[in-house]
Order: sequence, then C-alpha cells, then structure tokens
Amino acid sequence: MTGLLTLFYKELLRFWKVSLQTVLSPLVTTLLYLLIFSHVLESHVQVYSEVNYTAFLVPGLVMMAMLQNAFSNSSSSLIQSKMTGNIVFMLLPPLAYWEFFVAYVAASVARGAVVGLGVGLAGLWFVPLTLAHPLWMLAFAVLGCAILGAAGIIASLWADNYDQMAAVQNFIIVPLTFLSGVFYSIHSLPPFWQAVSHANPFFYLIDGFRYGFFGVSDVSPLLALTIVATCFLALSLATLLLLKSGYKLRK
Amino acid sequence: MTSRNCCLQPELVTPAAIEIHQVHKRFGSVQALCGIDLTVQQGEFFALLGPNGAGKSTLINILAGLALADSGRLAVLGHDVRADYRQARRSIGVVPQELVYDAFFTVREMLRFQSGYFGIRNNKAWIDELLERLALTDKADAYVRHLSGGMKRRVLVAQALVHKPPVIVLDEPTAGVDVALRQSLWAFIRRLNQQGHTIVLTTHYLEEAEALCNRVAMLKQGQVVALDTTANLLSRHAGIQLRLKITPPCLPDALQELSCGRDGEVFKLSLHHHAELENVLAVLRESGVEVEDLEVVKPDLEDVFLELVKS
Repeated sequence: MTGLLTLFYKELLRFWKVSLQTVLSPLVTTLLYLLIFSHVLESHVQVYSEVNYTAFLVPGLVMMAMLQNAFSNSSSSLIQSKMTGNIVFMLLPPLAYWEFFVAYVAASVARGAVVGLGVGLAGLWFVPLTLAHPLWMLAFAVLGCAILGAAGIIASLWADNYDQMAAVQNFIIVPLTFLSGVFYSIHSLPPFWQAVSHANPFFYLIDGFRYGFFGVSDVSPLLALTIVATCFLALSLATLLLLKSGYKLRK
Repeated sequence: MTSRNCCLQPELVTPAAIEIHQVHKRFGSVQALCGIDLTVQQGEFFALLGPNGAGKSTLINILAGLALADSGRLAVLGHDVRADYRQARRSIGVVPQELVYDAFFTVREMLRFQSGYFGIRNNKAWIDELLERLALTDKADAYVRHLSGGMKRRVLVAQALVHKPPVIVLDEPTAGVDVALRQSLWAFIRRLNQQGHTIVLTTHYLEEAEALCNRVAMLKQGQVVALDTTANLLSRHAGIQLRLKITPPCLPDALQELSCGRDGEVFKLSLHHHAELENVLAVLRESGVEVEDLEVVKPDLEDVFLELVKS
C-alpha cells in the first residue's frame, strides 16, 4: 500500500503546488457563471416550486466544477508525464496497474472535492442552501469525480499530444457538462432534446447531486445512481484493462 | 557473461543477476531485437555496447518493464520481469538515458516519492547519504528543473539507487556530464560494484567501458555480435599496430602484406601478435633497412567496436 499512498500523495501535492491554477482559477470561473446567470435569470426562470433559480443553479455549478476538475487532474498529470518522459518514474517501480488507477482516481476525487467545496461555500454567499439528503449528495459527488478521473486516465493514455488532450476536454467533456442540466431542468426542453439529455450520463450526475440538496429531481435518484454506478464500473474496467495491457505506456 | 542456448534455469541457489533468453522485439517494420541471449552474473561490471539503433536501450527498457518483448524471457535475480514483476523491479535500478524530471518537485521530494513507490516508508538516512555521495546535498530542496544537466543526471542516478537495488543498469549515464563529474560518478559506481552490486552499463565513451567493465556484449542490428571478457575481446578482435619510420623509406616486399597504410614517412603494419614483431625486425635487418623510429600501438575497445560494426 505504500506505493499507492505515495502516488496518491504525489498527485495531491502536484495540484496543490499550483493551486492558483488548479483550485482558485476554476473557483473564480464558476462563481462568475453564478453571478451572471443568477443575476440575469433569477426573475425569469422558476425550475422547481419553492426553489429559486440561484439556489437551483448552485448545486449544478458545484457538480460541473467538480467533474471538470476531476477530469483535468488525472488527464493533465498523466499527459504531462507522458510528454516530458517522467512517467518512467512511475513505470519502473513495482506499482500494480490497479494501484496506479486507484491513486490517480482518488487524487481526482480529492481535487474535485476541494474545488466543489470552494464553489459550494462561495455559493452560500449568494443563496442559503440546505442538504435534504447529504448521503445522496456525497454518493453522486464521489462517483462523478471518480468517473471523470477514470475518463481522464483513458483520455491521457490515448492522446499522443496536448492538442489531442485539449480536443477531448473541449469537444467532449465541456459540452457534456454544459448540456447536462446545470443551468436548466430538462423538463423545460422539447421532447427530442429531453431524450438526448437522457443519453448523457452527466445529466444523471447533476440531477442526482441536486436531489441531495432539494429532495426533488427530474428522474428517480435510484435510477440515476444505478446509471452512474454502472458508468463508473464500466469506465473503471476499461481503464484497468488499458493500464494492465500497458496501452501507450509500455511500448 | 555467457551466451545461452538452453532455457532459463527456474530457481538456482545463486541466480544470475540478469538472464535474457531468445528475446525478440519489433517496432513496426523494424526488427529491434532478434533473439538476444545473455546472462550477467551477480557482481559483474558489464558493458552493453553498440552503435545507435543497435537495440541496447530497447533491451534495457524490456528488462526494466518500460517495454514489452514480443517473445522470449527475461529475469532479474531469477524473477521473471512479467510474471514476477514486483520482485524483478525491486531488484533492479535503472538510470534512464533521457534527462527526465518532474518540474513540480524538489530533489528531496522526488527521492522520497521514488522510495515510496518501492514500498519504503522512511528512507531519510539513505537519501541523505545518496545526496552527499552524489554532491547534491546543497540542492536537496531545489526544484529539479532549476538544476544543471549534470546535476539532473545525478538526480536520476540517485532515484535509481533509492531502493538499494542489487542490479543497477545505467543507460548512457555520463552523456553530457563534464569530466570531473564523470570521474566522481564512476568512482561511486565502482564502489557500489565492489560492495556487490551488479552493474550493467551502456555508453558511447568506449574508454569508460574498457576501464570499468570486465565483460562486454556488443549489439548490432538487434543481435549480439560479440560477447566476452574485455581482455579476450581486445586480444581476439584486434591485433597490434606497428608504426615504423625507416631509412630508406621503402617497405621491403616481404612486409607488404602486413601494411595497413602510410602516414607521411610512417609505415603502418598490422600484426596479430607481439611475437610477429621479431620477424618484422629480422626482415628489415636482412633488407638493409634502418629503423629510425618504432611505435607499438595497442588496440582499444573502440578498434574492436569499429571492426565489429564494419563487418
């Protein structure tokens, strides 16, 4: 376990040493979203009865920040190690592929949690929030960050350069998070786009996470949790198989 | 080191430091390794030489787990590098050829992480000793990215030794390192060898291999083309060169077949052995030729290397 814990600690220290970029920057960006959208739409949009728009927005933004930063953590760390060649420091020691996986995913969850906590606490300055089902909130938060942490590993294993990595982030991760109901309830969409939204796993993460705050959601939280857990297992399995095979790591 | 045609021994009382059996590796259309067979015994100071693209680094990478062989078996101290990779990797320390580092961390942090990856929790005493021996103590808390090339190279050496591996592989460890630093590095590595560590070295500085290593393997196009003690290779593959300045400046016919060129007034003769020297001098005497100057040039590993590479 020492190897796994060391790699986890190294990954924590890596993002913490550049916390202006990895924590403060996404915090400020997310708060700008909150400031602008809540100011513009507060009096125009009512999603759930008894929940004003700003309160509705905060959990979505918290989750979006967590997901994007969890993905960034594992993907940026691994792609940098691959590009600079210092990945050999992790490949030469007797670390098992699953230890590699656990350490990187756990660090992604940690960074997601730090950023999410920051956004959440800052959101309290805008609107008071209560937690109707904290364990549900926690389950979706951890699973969401873990899914994106695993996705970050897969993307960075696949990418041969920073450009390909940025393409995954900008053309897949960001659209999926933005189109997952962060800023709106999917019930406000036309039927076709509602159906499309149901194919987006990020929608279930946001919806389930929001259920933890308000006790209301677009779909059943149990269904959302089942879909999210299945996604996590599938992505974890794929990541573990890639790591075990040495895909683009061990020539 | 011996070439082997038989299968790997499963578990000997004193297993070889490194056993490589029929290793093949192909990168696309390039056959990087074609059936390499090598055994390095414990305690050896062994050189792996060859021109660029011969397959040295590929072989080391496969041994260290950085690359996967298409076929064949490799073991470190009897531990198969695939089936028993944990023990194999604990037994080996590799100094990579590329000057790589993690820009986020200091020298001490890098060494602490590397210790942890190998399962060592508290390694401060050994890390301090390594830093001192490699003259890095005053740079312990500096970011590796701020160090000079030579210092970065020494950090790589320290990282490879952090878990006290019995087998140490150095892939071009002195590339870009100044002379003084190179000598201190070799003194350190030689001391480790005297303490019982097996050392495998690749280098382009052939005089280093000649001075340090007791056995040599030469690779060419993914094959072992020579494998012997350094002394045997020197005596077997290259004779001596006799440089003569004579009066009159005309080589007798009987010696023409030994001629390997002329440098101004100096005739160069290639001899297989020192014993032939007497015969040359006798021919010169009988021909009435006077020897003004005579120099015997011994072959070095570079001559052997060039001879094998050209063949």
